[in-house]
Amino acid sequence: MSHLLQPFLDYVFMQRALLGTVAIALSATPVGCFLTLRRMSLMGDAMSHAILPGVAVGFLVSGLSLGAMTVGGIVAGLAVAVLTGAVTRATGQREDASLAAFYLISLALGVLLVSLRGSNVDLMHILFGSVLALNDAALRLLCVIATLTLVTLAVVWRPLVLECVDPTFLRSVSRWSGPVHLIFLGLVVLNLVAGFQALGTLLSVGMMILPALCARFWCRNLGPMVALAMGVAIAASLAGLVASYEWSLPSGPAITLSLGAIYLFSLICGPKDGILARFRPRPHFHS
Amino acid sequence: MISFKDLTLAYDRQPAVHHLTGQIARGALLALVGPNGAGKTTLMRAIAGDFPAAEGELKVNTKRIAWLPQQADVDRQFPIDVRAFVAMGLWARIGAFCDLGRKGRDRVDEALAAVGLSGFGARPISALSGGQMQRVLFARLMLQDAELCLLDEPFAAVDARTTEDLMALLHQWRAEGRTVIAVLHDMDLVRRHFPEALLIAREKIAQGPTAEVLSEANLTRARLALASDDRAALSPRAAA
Repeated sequence: MSHLLQPFLDYVFMQRALLGTVAIALSATPVGCFLTLRRMSLMGDAMSHAILPGVAVGFLVSGLSLGAMTVGGIVAGLAVAVLTGAVTRATGQREDASLAAFYLISLALGVLLVSLRGSNVDLMHILFGSVLALNDAALRLLCVIATLTLVTLAVVWRPLVLECVDPTFLRSVSRWSGPVHLIFLGLVVLNLVAGFQALGTLLSVGMMILPALCARFWCRNLGPMVALAMGVAIAASLAGLVASYEWSLPSGPAITLSLGAIYLFSLICGPKDGILARFRPRPHFHS
Repeated sequence: MISFKDLTLAYDRQPAVHHLTGQIARGALLALVGPNGAGKTTLMRAIAGDFPAAEGELKVNTKRIAWLPQQADVDRQFPIDVRAFVAMGLWARIGAFCDLGRKGRDRVDEALAAVGLSGFGARPISALSGGQMQRVLFARLMLQDAELCLLDEPFAAVDARTTEDLMALLHQWRAEGRTVIAVLHDMDLVRRHFPEALLIAREKIAQGPTAEVLSEANLTRARLALASDDRAALSPRAAA
């Protein structure tokens, strides 16, 4: 066991990678829990593609500059979220249809923009990230986004829960409904941009969605579900980084595949809706 | 309590209710009845402040409104227990940030006891039957401590015993001076429990004592009015 943890003691780049992924785990997984519970998992995936043209414009202007690509990603993500909402309201089309159209346009535009100036290596860096190359500035950004996300969630927790479970009731008792939806979309974009620094635009959504889906198989209440999702994301980050170091695997996919392994285990063994649980007689509730 | 004058409510210029005039007194226990598509839910949404008037005037003389929508609006798979769900009824007191406190928790337990669900607080809402969920919604409504209670098909898919238990609560709320308006389809239930009724079919057909409103002539008139509206909307001239 100590042999597996040795790289984190010996190498600063491994320590940075672990700190970065822990920050993303603490920040992105609660957002992912709400995304899955609102049946918006695929929306998160689409939004992760939607930030690409903004990141690409940042890359065109300043090369692999963290600040420019981050700002570009946030602007592009928010623009697609607002445009999708506006088109849905103006035309009566379903939100998922508008989102699919915008994310496909964004993905193609982003790849085109990066290829105008960069090499295939740059494109791979943006699409799949480089968690082993996180510098001080990137770590600071991840920690700031994690803090901002957790504080914001603490503030909007109750209205956000109510917006998920009974939006009509929330509209009838307060004016939180519109603002809380926008704040939530902002958090999704912010965390996808944070995730892309480490895992790239294509895989950043994995850290958001997969831990939430795993935790759903084990928990009946939201608080424990969020806590477990955080734990799953941290454990998968650790396992993915160790696997990446030991067998020279690309670290982003190794972390995502670790999450995938925990998901498959939960899918089979999870006591709530897991495959085995469906064949086991369950004790009934007592009033 | 509520007055409407020449009130028209429309979806995309298609009136759901038109030229409605009347009033509902404070302390009324009123059934809002009419055929499917008569505009009952739309009128309830407008009274709750969730649907704007296209024309005319709607005045509601209170802001303390509790609204029980059709059950389909609640995400029953959301991981939340009964106690936390019912506690949302205290929103006016605790808002987004305040703690429930000992008193709040006691009130939640009392509300659950009043609807016959003592000991159900720790259950997830996904584990409740349709009738139990409806009792939970009534418990949340009780905690809102509202002057005006709006209930949209509160007894749909609920067994007779649950319906009678929940009706007793409605009578209790009325005795406490609250105004209760319920959208209902079961005319026998309306005749047995509701002293007043408002019958609509996109327009007002009748309002007053239930026995007079639910006469065979009025019910036939409501069906014909709705059919005639639908024929007019589908005619080539209307389409043009």
